[in-house]
Amino acid sequence: MTSCPKRIVHYMHEYLDGDIQEEAKKELKDHIETCKNCRQHFAELKKTIALVQSASHIAAPAGFTGRVMALLPREGKKVGIERWFKNHPFLTAAALFLLLMSGGFASFFSQEDNQFAFTKNSALKVENETVIVPAGTVVEEDIVVKNGDIRIEGSVDGNVTVINGDRFMASAGNVTGDIEEIDALFGRIWYEIKMVFQ
Amino acid sequence: MDLIVQRRIKQVVKGDQNAFGEIVELYKDKVYQICFRMLWDRHEAEDAAQETFLKAFLNIHTYNQNKKFSTWLYRIATNLCIDKIRKKKPDYHLDAEIAGTEGLNMYSHLASGDQLPEDEVESLELQASIHKAILLLPEKYRSVVVLKYIEELPLQEIADILELPLGTVKTRVHRGREALRKHLRHL
Ligand SMILES: [Zn+2]
Repeated sequence: MTSCPKRIVHYMHEYLDGDIQEEAKKELKDHIETCKNCRQHFAELKKTIALVQSASHIAAPAGFTGRVMALLPREGKKVGIERWFKNHPFLTAAALFLLLMSGGFASFFSQEDNQFAFTKNSALKVENETVIVPAGTVVEEDIVVKNGDIRIEGSVDGNVTVINGDRFMASAGNVTGDIEEIDALFGRIWYEIKMVFQ
Repeated sequence: MDLIVQRRIKQVVKGDQNAFGEIVELYKDKVYQICFRMLWDRHEAEDAAQETFLKAFLNIHTYNQNKKFSTWLYRIATNLCIDKIRKKKPDYHLDAEIAGTEGLNMYSHLASGDQLPEDEVESLELQASIHKAILLLPEKYRSVVVLKYIEELPLQEIADILELPLGTVKTRVHRGREALRKHLRHL
C-alpha cells in the first residue's frame, strides 16, 4: 500500500464515473492485477455502489398530493371560471343565455360582484371580511354573504347562504333554516339564475 | 413526458391548481425520496417534500421553461434539506438511536404484513445500515450521493441542480464514495 501511487485511487473513481482516459485505464488495470490492496479497495468501492443502489426506493406516503394541494393559496377566481367554462361548454352556453335573456348579465360580470357583500342587519358584526353572528344574538332574517366568510356564534332564524366563502359554526351556533355554501361557479350560476327568476 | 410537463407548467403559471396537482403526482415520489434520504425521518421528509412543492408553486414564474423542470424542482428540494440539516444539532446524525430499533420501525412501514420473515428482517437491517451510512456523510457529500446513486442522475445534471462546477461534483462523489466504503465494506 505504501508504494502505491495516489493517482491509482483517483483512476478508480474516474473509472467508476465512466470518464477515464484509455492510458489511465490500462495503468489501473495493470496495477490492480499485481496489487492486492488496490484490488480490494476497488472491489469495496464497487460493492459500496451496489449497496447504495440497492437502497429500496420509497414512495411518497398516501394522500401526499392532497395535502400539498391543501397548502396552496386559494385559486384565483378567474382561473376557476375559465376552467369551468372549458369543462362545461354546454351548461355555460345555456346559463349565459338565460342570464342574457334575463338581463342579469351586467350584474353577473360587474366589478362589484367580486366584492365582499352581505345582508345588512344591525345584529351582525364584521371583521376582516368575516360576518359574525355574535353569541347570544338571534338574527331573524335570511343571511347572504358574498366573497367573504361567516362565523355563527349565535342563532339565525332563517337561511344562511355563503358565496365564495367559508362558514364557521361555533358549538353554540344555531341556524333554523338551510345552510348553503356556493363555491364552484356551477353553483354560483344556479344561484344567480335562481335570483333572476325569483 | 417533458411535453406534458411543460404544458402543465404553462397552466400553473396562469394559476391553474389542477395542473399543479398533476405535476405533484408526477414528481412526488422522486422528491420525497430525495428528502427522505437526506433527512432520515419520514415525517421530516414529508414536510420537506410538501414545502418543496409549495415553494415550486409560489415561485413557478421564476422557473425558466427552456431548462429541465426536474432540475429546478430537485434544486428546491436539496436546498431545503440542506437548510434543515444545518439547522439541526450538529451531533444529530450520530445519534445512537438511528442504528437501533428506530431504523427498523421506520422501515417497517414498507412491509405489508405484521410478521416479517427472517430474511426480510435481515434485508431491512441491511437497508438500515445502508441508509445510516448515507446519513453519516456530511451534507455536501450526501446530496451528491443521493442524486447520483438513488436518483441515478448524470453528473452534469447534479452540477446543474446544486449549481456547482462539474469538477466539484466529481470530487464530492469521489469523497462520498470513499466515506461510504469505510462504513459499508464489512457488510
Ligand atoms: Zn496498489
